[in-house]
Amino acid sequence: MSSLSASSTVKTKKPRNRALKHFMNHRLAVISGVLLVLLVITAIFAPYLAPYDPYDLAMSDTGMIAFEAPPSKEFLLGTDGIGRDVLSRLIYGGRISLTIGLVSATISIVVGSILGVIAGFYGRWFDTILSRFADAVSTFPALFLILTVSSFVRPSIFNVMAIIGLLSWMPTFRLMRAEVLRLRAVDFVESAHALGARGTRIMALHLLPNAVAPIIVQATLGVAEAILTESALSFLGLGVQQPIASWGNMLADARNLTVLQSQPWLWLPPGAAIFLTVLSINFMGDGLRDAINPKKA
Amino acid sequence: MLPFITRRLIQSGIVLIVVTFLSFLIMNLAPGNAMQTFINPRIPPAELAAAEKALGLDQPAPVQYFRWFRALLQGNLGYSIKNGQSVTSLILSRLGPTLLLMGSAFTFMFLLALILGVISAARPYSFLDYFSTGIAFAGISIPGFFFALTLIYVFAVKLHWFPTSGLQTYQQELSGLSLIIDRAMHLVLPVTVLTLTGVAELVRHVRSAVTEALSQDYVRTAKGKGVSEGNVLRKHALRNSWLPIITLIGVALPRFFSGSVIVEVIFAWPGMGRLLVDSVFARDYPVAMGINLFAAVLVLLGSLLADSLYAVADPRVKYE
Repeated sequence: MSSLSASSTVKTKKPRNRALKHFMNHRLAVISGVLLVLLVITAIFAPYLAPYDPYDLAMSDTGMIAFEAPPSKEFLLGTDGIGRDVLSRLIYGGRISLTIGLVSATISIVVGSILGVIAGFYGRWFDTILSRFADAVSTFPALFLILTVSSFVRPSIFNVMAIIGLLSWMPTFRLMRAEVLRLRAVDFVESAHALGARGTRIMALHLLPNAVAPIIVQATLGVAEAILTESALSFLGLGVQQPIASWGNMLADARNLTVLQSQPWLWLPPGAAIFLTVLSINFMGDGLRDAINPKKA
Repeated sequence: MLPFITRRLIQSGIVLIVVTFLSFLIMNLAPGNAMQTFINPRIPPAELAAAEKALGLDQPAPVQYFRWFRALLQGNLGYSIKNGQSVTSLILSRLGPTLLLMGSAFTFMFLLALILGVISAARPYSFLDYFSTGIAFAGISIPGFFFALTLIYVFAVKLHWFPTSGLQTYQQELSGLSLIIDRAMHLVLPVTVLTLTGVAELVRHVRSAVTEALSQDYVRTAKGKGVSEGNVLRKHALRNSWLPIITLIGVALPRFFSGSVIVEVIFAWPGMGRLLVDSVFARDYPVAMGINLFAAVLVLLGSLLADSLYAVADPRVKYE
């Protein structure tokens, strides 16, 4: 009896386990995942890991102060023009950049999902209006609109998150709408209807949970996109402002040819950090996509 | 085909109207209005009110919108707050360099995507397939400005192969062939950035479109009757897969515009993207919004054109 139940559990693997197995087979995705976990840990424990104060003149134990100093034993990644330690700024900058990426992506996913469910579920003029609205917003080149709206408000971390989040929900909206249109005709939704469930209940309990898989993939890519957008905004000087460090604004100094030429330690590390982070997120997104797409078994 | 294009036209028209509506809305969200910036603060309020009335600024928002929309239809996008220049002429003066940059990059991007996509579809899991997947992932993951800075550092600052920035060398009077060469040298780095960061999405789509075509019966038949592999790829697989690729141009355009902003700023390219950033910093909202609207219209036209080409080229296409 017990052996029978054991074998039956083997035969009917839970979809989650199968997805996990697929994901683990995607070697790059796993490596990326580990790297991202390390990055997040570094960001959380930034105050304990950063060797110096990221916002102030750094003084080594031997009492050394250095301006525009190349990497050395005291300052592993060198110092910037006002004597701040680049490594410490890089660690704290990761905190800011990752937070902005996560929060903006969350905003866009929440807005996109809610609008998508509503449009897909109620259809008719509601759908038409929302869809044309989404079409219109996505006709503007994203960075154009984000730059323009950024100039209306005082640049701050909060505003950057809000602007990026509120102007990049369209892909999620389309995805969610399509998912809901597909699910609406599925039996369990029809039976919920027949049982007299109200619209909000069907949307919250039947439609949203079942559309979660593609949304997760979309969310992953959204974080990558948001980190890139934030870095571009901060690089141009419209995002996170000094003295707060973000990976993007750390690169802003390199617009000066002298810095670009003679102080590569100022701009190479943050650039590489953005690149590696976004690359890892994209690899992970790819792994997730393979893992939850049952067709690609 | 004709009904398809008509419906697509109507749909684009509606989107265009929503786009203008959004533009107007955003412009009115901007703090302050044109009067406060234009006019000397010592002018008495009564005169200011009279001037506002003359300009129609005291009218309700819908009325203002229709006025603005009517002017828009005549090609008037308003005037710069900074220097009173017409936004339309400002944009048009920057259009040339932007089109040169984007046109060149688009051409290279398309060719590269076709070559890499076809090769990786023909030889899945080969070195070249992994290589092009690698380029694709790197391309969507690298910040454009970091890539641009790295290229400037290596190829302009260290190796002196290409100029660091600008449209052309200013000290010299150039003409004829040397002018073209000078332009081309200035184009190499910015075009490389735009091409490699934009090619990623296209490669993936070309690869999957060609893979799909290669699994079709007519490809098997062609192979069976002894058509060489090159011909199968060129005449059968590619021909049938470049159709879906056309529509991608429309999708890729907005992203491409976004990328051009950063590139134009870093390479001091006197185009629309740089004008946008300058006007954003100067809080010159009419210019900034004008550029947004202009780009949106270009994107809309681009995707309309792509879809229509698709419908013309492929008789199987039916709308819905």
